[in-house]
Amino acid sequence: MKQILNFTVNGEPVSLAVEPHWMLLEVLRDQLELTGAKEGCGMGECGACTVILNGRAVNSCITPALEAEGAEVITVEGLLQPDGRLSRLQQAFIDYGAVQCGFCTPGMILSAKALLDENPQPTEEEIRAALAGNLCRCTGYTQIIQAVQAASRKED
Amino acid sequence: MAELSFVGRRLPKIDARDKVTGRAAYINDLKRPGMLHGKIKYSQYAHARILNIDASAAEKLPGVKAVLTGRDIPEMRIGFMKDITPLKKDKVRQFRDEVAAVAAVDPDIAAEAVDLIKVEYEPLPAVFDPLEALKPDAPLIHETDARGKPAKSNLLSLRWKLICGDVEEGRRRSKYLVEDRFQATWVSHCCLGVSGCVAEFDLDDNLTMYSITQIPYLAQNDFNAALAALGLKDKNTRIISPAIGGGFGSKLDTHVYEFIAILLAHKTRRPVKILFTREEEFMAQPPRQPAIINIAQGCDAEGRLTFRDVDMTLDNGAYTSWGATTPSVMMVPISSLYRVPNVHYEARCVYTNNVYSQAMRGYGNPQATFAVESITDELAEAAGIDPLEFRLINANRPGEVTPQCFKVTSCGLKECLDQVGQRLDWPVKKAAKKKARGLGLASLIHVGGGARVYKSDGHGMIMKIDDFGKVTVITGAVDIGQGAETVIAQVAAECLGVPPEDIQIVKGDTGICPWDVGTHASRQAFIAGNAALAVGAKLKAQILDLAGPMLETDPADLDIKNRLVFAKSNPERNMPLDKVLRRAHFTSQGKVLAAEHFYDPPNEMLDKEFKGNLSCSYAYGTTGVEVEVDEETGRVEILRYIAAHDVGRALNPMLLEGQIYGAAVMGTGYALTEQLILKEGRVMNDNFLDYKLLTAMDKVPVEPVIVEPIDECGPYGAKGVGEPGCVPSAPAIANAIYDAVGVRIKDLPITPEKVLAALKRKRGET
Repeated sequence: MKQILNFTVNGEPVSLAVEPHWMLLEVLRDQLELTGAKEGCGMGECGACTVILNGRAVNSCITPALEAEGAEVITVEGLLQPDGRLSRLQQAFIDYGAVQCGFCTPGMILSAKALLDENPQPTEEEIRAALAGNLCRCTGYTQIIQAVQAASRKED
Repeated sequence: MAELSFVGRRLPKIDARDKVTGRAAYINDLKRPGMLHGKIKYSQYAHARILNIDASAAEKLPGVKAVLTGRDIPEMRIGFMKDITPLKKDKVRQFRDEVAAVAAVDPDIAAEAVDLIKVEYEPLPAVFDPLEALKPDAPLIHETDARGKPAKSNLLSLRWKLICGDVEEGRRRSKYLVEDRFQATWVSHCCLGVSGCVAEFDLDDNLTMYSITQIPYLAQNDFNAALAALGLKDKNTRIISPAIGGGFGSKLDTHVYEFIAILLAHKTRRPVKILFTREEEFMAQPPRQPAIINIAQGCDAEGRLTFRDVDMTLDNGAYTSWGATTPSVMMVPISSLYRVPNVHYEARCVYTNNVYSQAMRGYGNPQATFAVESITDELAEAAGIDPLEFRLINANRPGEVTPQCFKVTSCGLKECLDQVGQRLDWPVKKAAKKKARGLGLASLIHVGGGARVYKSDGHGMIMKIDDFGKVTVITGAVDIGQGAETVIAQVAAECLGVPPEDIQIVKGDTGICPWDVGTHASRQAFIAGNAALAVGAKLKAQILDLAGPMLETDPADLDIKNRLVFAKSNPERNMPLDKVLRRAHFTSQGKVLAAEHFYDPPNEMLDKEFKGNLSCSYAYGTTGVEVEVDEETGRVEILRYIAAHDVGRALNPMLLEGQIYGAAVMGTGYALTEQLILKEGRVMNDNFLDYKLLTAMDKVPVEPVIVEPIDECGPYGAKGVGEPGCVPSAPAIANAIYDAVGVRIKDLPITPEKVLAALKRKRGET
């Protein structure tokens, strides 16, 4: 039996009927067509599905959709600034070569955003810890960490 | 060389904006109208006869549109040796064998239907060790070859044998001689994007495959053969590639699931998508093949290598992918890493009931180099020569011809060794060794100027320019994240005198883009780069011919820079590029401004003796590491990691460093943590908790060093770099562990358990 889920996605209120067993990732991708969040494992182990739920980075593939009731969710699609410019994290990922195949990128950026929102000047160790749940097979992480460091230095 | 405007700059990847905004569409994101979801039923045994398949309950499940078993499909043989059928009819030979498949209206129903299919098996004796599989009484995995000829053993009918000089003479001339045995196991490519495809037929029975292949034009051939097997003669496949979530060699073969999607789409007349789960990706996507390597090597009193003798057994698994040809690339380091006059190499691939394996980044080179560079340290020690000094004595040099007949053009190996030595403070640290700390290094050679694996090593490219000076480059190159498109745009921009943002790349559609042999062998920057140079020159000549009369100047005196056509002898005489271009069309009897070129490099296929100049140029590199070993736990910490690479010229240092960083971490995982664990043929760790990929917390402090000896064959002097970085990691780390605590681990990965056990053995505790 479907239930009504009310929450906010990228600042816009959303109301839709969901099956209780649906995960947040399914709702975002299949119902709302926000396909920036990726499924890399479906078990909360790779971080490709990371979104921000009430300020915290979560693996949306293992977060029941109904847990988002009343919550604010931010996906990678919500990072564009109102004038269409990229956020400084997104720009830093581009400028520092932090993107290769790109499959982990949206999740990686959102984990980094959740960190910087809470801790605007993290140490390298804090960045590494915040990204520990986001696997990347292409980059070896170095340029990703450089990008997050750069974004943490820049003023808006 | 004239000053370069765009080549050599740290330009961001041209697809990065799409990827940081979530706009890039991967196979996961692709939907087609009326699309069904396919799901595969796998074997429950490593080796068994199929007695009966009862699919009746699955067929009755609402939402199921098709159920296929081996008995419902025409004879169709796929794979490098044509020893695979998409659905198995009589017998399964590995746990991942596909026995049935379902297409349903949603993935949940498809999964439920697969569970409802009942298969009765009669288990057969199985063999999981390639050496056991070679024994006369071993169960036969294939009773016949693809043509129906009875098989006598599990040995594949591929013979890999390279003989250069006289190894026996080399042994006799050796003052020092060492022999040892090394082993490498399965590892998974672990692309973050799982495998998947969508197969769709049009009303004329032509097939569109949305595919993440690294070899679209070879895949087109394979899929057309499948169409013929379906009775659809003269029908064609068009391959359209979405963004690809990682490759690393996992997409150099066409895979069983793709053929199953075609069969389901043909049966249902609807688009069918198959998308793996991560468990399937670990279990049913062929991993890098394991190797058992016996190696002997000798040197004279001065430390000059006298011979290298290698014998290798590869676990093919139950079927044969292109990975069975990795010995051809293993020959590269075996014959040509360092100057070694006498070489003997033999390798055999053996069927077992393990999951079948394939190639992965480096194409056999990491396994071979692990053995070669480990034994080189052992030999240096036997000869009483410092390992760095030993390698400098034997380092390859520019202009040499190696025993396998490779014609070395540029060679920066000595500089790579020197750089690693300096940066690690090698002599000082070696002299003042600290407890449990050690230094180690290993070098590499890899093909750097394409590789003639097939009869063609070619790449087709079309370039056109519009009325506004905007350039479209149509290429057959596949970008799997490495940045080929960006480098092509840089070269095109450099040629045509326009900024890279004026270049648009059109790719990923065999119906539009010209032929390319594939993204393998670290070849795209070199091959597609050379293609871009050639086609850019042709297009530029057309533009200058057009501009000549307009500027009343001999076209030979004209050039283009900053979107301006100008006379080199008098730059005041100039005209904006777009104005020139419009005249091509807005004139009576105008012309199309477009050019094409098929670049096929002057390299050679290996001959029957496996000799020949396989690549136009060769990439070299040296990795040096400092480690600390915790003698209580066996854990290895990497304190320094210097990755020096001879790349010819860095076309884009930022993307190049990305290849080095990523490959170094992949190589470190291969060395220390990664292992697909098989127990009697069954994958035991099909998830990221149990398969240990390195994370951001596992700090590998990679310091890239770019050595640029400018290669005469490469575009602006460049050589390939995609694979090399992961080649020397494992032996460099193994050598450093030996230096640190005096134990040599000879089978990968070097886990804390193995280090600890070796330390205990050394202390005489066990």
